[in-house]
Amino acid sequence: MSNTEAAIHAHAGALVEASPYAIPSRKLTMWLFIISDAITFGALLFGYGYLRAASSDWPTPFKLTPSILNVMIMTVVLITSSLTMLGAVDSAKLGDKPKTARFLWSTILLGVVFAGLHIREWIGLMDEGVRLFQNPWGSPLFGATFFSITGLHLLHVISGVVAIVVISRGFSRGRLTAGHVETVGLYWHFVDLVWMFVVPIVYLLNISR
Amino acid sequence: MAASGASKNVIARYLPVYFVLLGISALEVFIAYQHFATGSLLAILLGLAVCGGALAVMYFMHLAQESRSLFLTLIPATIFVLLMMNMIWSDSFRLLHMRPFAR
Repeated sequence: MSNTEAAIHAHAGALVEASPYAIPSRKLTMWLFIISDAITFGALLFGYGYLRAASSDWPTPFKLTPSILNVMIMTVVLITSSLTMLGAVDSAKLGDKPKTARFLWSTILLGVVFAGLHIREWIGLMDEGVRLFQNPWGSPLFGATFFSITGLHLLHVISGVVAIVVISRGFSRGRLTAGHVETVGLYWHFVDLVWMFVVPIVYLLNISR
Repeated sequence: MAASGASKNVIARYLPVYFVLLGISALEVFIAYQHFATGSLLAILLGLAVCGGALAVMYFMHLAQESRSLFLTLIPATIFVLLMMNMIWSDSFRLLHMRPFAR
């Protein structure tokens, strides 16, 4: 390297500002996305609460079987997928590609199982006559709020599964790094976090007695 | 082998958090079937959900291991925005009873 090139490199290095939070920019970006998404889900859940509190005939259709039991299984599946994702992130940081792939594909499988159970729950409710703006029991807005909130969460799960497939293939082929696995892991844990609020507010407050 | 052992360790390290999260979920279902008033039930379930969410953020998402400045930038702002959304409730209850606003 010539003296001129060395001087240019040194100058460019001096211009690069250190990360304010001591984390890579992609991770910070994911955190900012997660915060904005948390507020989106917060707004949806508050909107749901507004409508529920303002309606005297809000339906309480969820029976222990199949709905609540199904939701409990979905919760176990999603929390377990967070655990396998932790294993994937750790293995990726250690550079163990086969183990990372196994953990990531376990997470994908659990995500697909969750989505399947979710769709089964929807089909069960639709068989009972629940539609976006009508249902056999009471306030017609029940379906709109239920399908909006759980649908947005399901969309996040499906997006997460697709993202993990892409990251898994990229990491196995050496195109992506452990940082990418960690970033998609953050997203996946967030999906798990949202579900922890959806279950009590949307399902458990509306159980059939 | 070293990598494999370390991965097993991370699973073992987070198993207590995993079981606490499962326990919180089971407790929520149990409480939902007790005969609480809706307001009390909502408060209890939300409290448990916040505990579970905090565990997930701090340990699964590793926010506890990040710099304090990241925590202080993200969490108070989020809580502030979510708390500000609570101003809708009085209107919601007014709608339920169809009471006009006081003049």
